[in-house]
Amino acid sequence: MNITKLKDKILSRAFFRGVIAISIFLIIWEVGARFESWYGYRVPWIGLIPAPTAVFESWGGLIGDPSYWMSWQMSFMRVLGGFFAAMILGIPFGLFMAVNRTFHDTAFPTFEILRPIPPLAWVPASIIFWPTAELSIAFVTFLGAFYTIVINVLGGAKSINKQYLQAAQSMGASQWDIFRRVVLPATLPSIVVGSAVGMGITWEVVVAAEMISGGGGSGGAGGGLGFFIWNSYVGGSYEQIVVGMISIGIAGYFSSEMLRNLGGFLTPWLKTR
Amino acid sequence: MSATMNADTNSQKSVIKGAIRIEDVVKVYDPDGAAVMAVDHCSIDIPGGEICMIVGPSGCGKTTLLNAIAGFHGITSGEIYLDNELLCGPGKMQAEPGSDRIVVFQNGALFPWKSNLENVVFGPMMEGKLSKEVIYDKAIKMMADAGLGGTEHSFPGEVSSGLRRRVEIVRALMLEPKVLLFDEPYRALDSLTKSVMHEALLDIYYKNKVTIFFITHDLEEAIFLGHRLIIMSSRPCKPKKIVEVDIPHPRDYSVLTSPRFRELMEEAKGVVNEEAKKAFEAGEKEG
Repeated sequence: MNITKLKDKILSRAFFRGVIAISIFLIIWEVGARFESWYGYRVPWIGLIPAPTAVFESWGGLIGDPSYWMSWQMSFMRVLGGFFAAMILGIPFGLFMAVNRTFHDTAFPTFEILRPIPPLAWVPASIIFWPTAELSIAFVTFLGAFYTIVINVLGGAKSINKQYLQAAQSMGASQWDIFRRVVLPATLPSIVVGSAVGMGITWEVVVAAEMISGGGGSGGAGGGLGFFIWNSYVGGSYEQIVVGMISIGIAGYFSSEMLRNLGGFLTPWLKTR
Repeated sequence: MSATMNADTNSQKSVIKGAIRIEDVVKVYDPDGAAVMAVDHCSIDIPGGEICMIVGPSGCGKTTLLNAIAGFHGITSGEIYLDNELLCGPGKMQAEPGSDRIVVFQNGALFPWKSNLENVVFGPMMEGKLSKEVIYDKAIKMMADAGLGGTEHSFPGEVSSGLRRRVEIVRALMLEPKVLLFDEPYRALDSLTKSVMHEALLDIYYKNKVTIFFITHDLEEAIFLGHRLIIMSSRPCKPKKIVEVDIPHPRDYSVLTSPRFRELMEEAKGVVNEEAKKAFEAGEKEG
């Protein structure tokens, strides 16, 4: 983004409204949280939460702490690992189900029975199943994204306008060309949507899985952001719980933004609509 | 049947390829045991280079006939020939789709993920007979001829629906087909765009003489464009009346106000209305 564009964005009304809204939110939170110490009355709900200034203070202390960044890294690795595994297996699986009737009839019923099982219900089985805690967490995150990606790819590939296929056929395209030049690009928007939704689910799942499975290897530092929150709760550091929550919010936002950009790059024709 | 009219008026076009002969074709859909006859012993003879307008109420089975010629589905009995070669008939009930017969679809089937130019070169690139440079040069030239200069690198979604249709016709013509099959291609266009498109189509047709098999239910469009109207009966589909349009080509929009045009409109209208009424009543019964 060049400088004038950035300037336009900062000076725009939408940006201004966003800043105002976040400021008001922070002020209400601050006042609500501090009310008891100022006036002796505890505001319900907000009164129990550490104030934003306390949270930022605690955060400032953590910025230089390598184990905090280690948590980020661990969670990111797990999310990306599970997510890419889900893409690599899910996209061909969904496409193949869409184009091959026999395979669809064979695989789809099993898939549909397994799909409603929440990924977190897999945690105990996964711990038994996989030799290390790391692999169990990766497996559960993988499941979170896998079903969503497959369902989107399958739905997208099945709903391709039949006339695209007929047109390609009458223009002499071979089966492989039709797959590569028609089915694949026509499914791409669904793949992008499926991936974005799948990425969201992956973050939900990884945090819960980390809380359940505990600190993993290196003395608590290996536990990821989910374990960071849980550990702060057990240790009674309420500020750090909020730090962990906001960290996940930021991490999730970056992941989505990355996918949005990648998706926009892959499907340039959709921008014109 | 009167359908096999070998018009002497078309004798000068007899050298042009793309003659379609439909002989006694029957198509029965049998999805769940309830046999529905879509096309009933239909015979039509279209000389090469003719613009043949197939007129009939919606849902009468015109598209079934078109799909059979294109090879998208088979027929139950009968034969269809292209230049005396069997497309489909006994022993081979479904024709192979091929680049000698290209369909321009009702809703348009340009690939939205390819630029207009990439759409136009798609067919020849798939064929792989010519080099990439030759194909692209030809495509750019043909697009310019069709008034599409400057839209080459836009996506189909970025240009107007009228231009999109034109891109689609150019894409079809790139393969030098013998027959263009139109399935109500201008249905979704507003009447102003439509009249521009009609003149553009005739313009393109005068430059590239191909057989045009054009399905429509718009009588004005049919008489303005066609050498001949074949008015179909409502389901099952069967030629009911043939109207020769003896207004000489090349035509432009002044034709619409000529007395002969009005006479032909009146002649065709009676038959079409009768069939539309029948189709409507049949629809009400089913509903």
